[in-house]
Amino acid sequence: MTDNHCTLPTLVRQPFERRAFISYVLSAITILAAVAACIPLFSVLVMLIYRGGRRLSLEIFYALPPTAFESGGGFGNAIVGTLFMVGIAAAISIPFGILAAIYLAELNPHSKAAQIARFSAKTMTGLPSILAGVFAYATVVLTLGHYSAWAGGVALSLLMLPVVLLTAEQAIIMVPRPMKEAAYGMGCTPAQTMIKVTLPVAMPGIITGVVLAVARAAGETAPLLFTSLFSDYWLQANEPTASLAVLIYNYSGMPFENQIELAWTASLVLVVLVFVLNIISRAIGQRKK
Amino acid sequence: MEATPLSTSPTTQETCNCESVCFVGSEATLPADVALDCQVEKIYYGDFLAVRDSYVPIHKNQITGFIGPSGCGKSTVLKSINRMNDLIRGFRFEGKVHFHGMDIYDKSVDPVSVRRNIGMVFQQPNPFALSIYENVAFGLRLNRFKGDMDEQVEKALRGAAIWDEVKNKLKNNGLSLSGGQQQRLCIARAIATEPRVLLMDEPCSALDPIATRQIEELMIQLKEKYTVAIVTHNMQQAVRVADQTAFFAVDISSGGRTGYLVEMAPTKELFENPQQKLTKEYLHGDFS
Repeated sequence: MTDNHCTLPTLVRQPFERRAFISYVLSAITILAAVAACIPLFSVLVMLIYRGGRRLSLEIFYALPPTAFESGGGFGNAIVGTLFMVGIAAAISIPFGILAAIYLAELNPHSKAAQIARFSAKTMTGLPSILAGVFAYATVVLTLGHYSAWAGGVALSLLMLPVVLLTAEQAIIMVPRPMKEAAYGMGCTPAQTMIKVTLPVAMPGIITGVVLAVARAAGETAPLLFTSLFSDYWLQANEPTASLAVLIYNYSGMPFENQIELAWTASLVLVVLVFVLNIISRAIGQRKK
Repeated sequence: MEATPLSTSPTTQETCNCESVCFVGSEATLPADVALDCQVEKIYYGDFLAVRDSYVPIHKNQITGFIGPSGCGKSTVLKSINRMNDLIRGFRFEGKVHFHGMDIYDKSVDPVSVRRNIGMVFQQPNPFALSIYENVAFGLRLNRFKGDMDEQVEKALRGAAIWDEVKNKLKNNGLSLSGGQQQRLCIARAIATEPRVLLMDEPCSALDPIATRQIEELMIQLKEKYTVAIVTHNMQQAVRVADQTAFFAVDISSGGRTGYLVEMAPTKELFENPQQKLTKEYLHGDFS
């Protein structure tokens, strides 16, 4: 071996060599973009904590909304209303969504019915939420003759259904095929395979989808505007019903300082609610590993 | 699925002269020691003819090995024996599988009950995401087992030669075991319900040599109580464990890739004195 240093490439880092330099610049751009993506979320959070945090007290959870020139007050009825209507929506969309997902994922994935259902669900995820409201207005409000929490729940369920259905379908498909084969090999009927083996394994994924759908529904305003409307009183399911989202919409446009402050606080409460639901869904999703 | 009568002679295809060499000659006297009689005429996946003309009697309390090159249909035939292939779209079986006095492809037969009597161990260890105990108890619960569950689970785990390794952690998840242990757990799960026949589809292909050896020793113990059929890609494995060996090959003459049985004989006989040229070439390593 002769010493011939001239032909050996240098192994020392050369940050200003062209390739290395371009690589640094591109990396820096991606970091900047990643940081920029966080700015909206954090600025909203800071703003909400700053403007909404001031009125945060126990009172807002149990008090009714104030009248025009009254001070104090809260939006306990709106919190109850949101929870109630999201509950109705969940009670409608979760069983339908999961049962449909079982059909799409396992029973007959290639049938015409399954293809149509899958396509409809995908289209529905992009449905402008106000149209869900219009649909519930036409079907529930006009039929019953009055605004109600039921109508609001139906409108929200239309938004939840496709999310539950599609995520549940994916979760069921993701269950390893050998595991399902083992169940059939043991002599399980298709129903037993689904209940004893597939669903338990798919459950974390299904719950993640459900929680995300609930979080989405909780924050929706448009579907409630002409289904549940708003109310200054405690929940009565057959009457117009208050919700956090509509309260924010209504109060933020009012000329009264007290109401505007409450709108900020309601926004904070709503964001925290959605945030907590997202964390729960993440925790459940990670447990599946 | 209507099984066509056996009278349509397979000998019309000149590539298959298995009739003259395999067990057909002793068919009349067989039933006493044949646990399961698999007579494949044709197996289709959609329009694709996957296997044709394979007559494979599975002998009681013996290990029957299925060998042959990839795509020769040995797994397909094995999975047809407990109707696992029914789960595959487009699967169509023509022929008969005599088991326990019935043709399991008869219209009156429920594939679910077939699978409860003919256990299966798969290529990939596939325990359920349940505890070790519940994995073994699974089939027992399915069959509404009335006896002492703990005892039966222990018996199955002992039978699968894994009891000593897991007896102190029966509550742990079955998926936490090593690959070889998982496969023995799957065997325990399969034998817990005491099936008459145990089918194994390349049970060692995902395992290391030590685990493979343990499974092979286990198979030899198992045949005392069970009838075993095993697909293997490994000729040495067939020599080590199988009493009978069926050699399958692929027929590409008609443009497709159709598997068929070339020859079946007691293992020693097949390896020492193969009757077919193709068998000789395969065993000699001329193709694989």
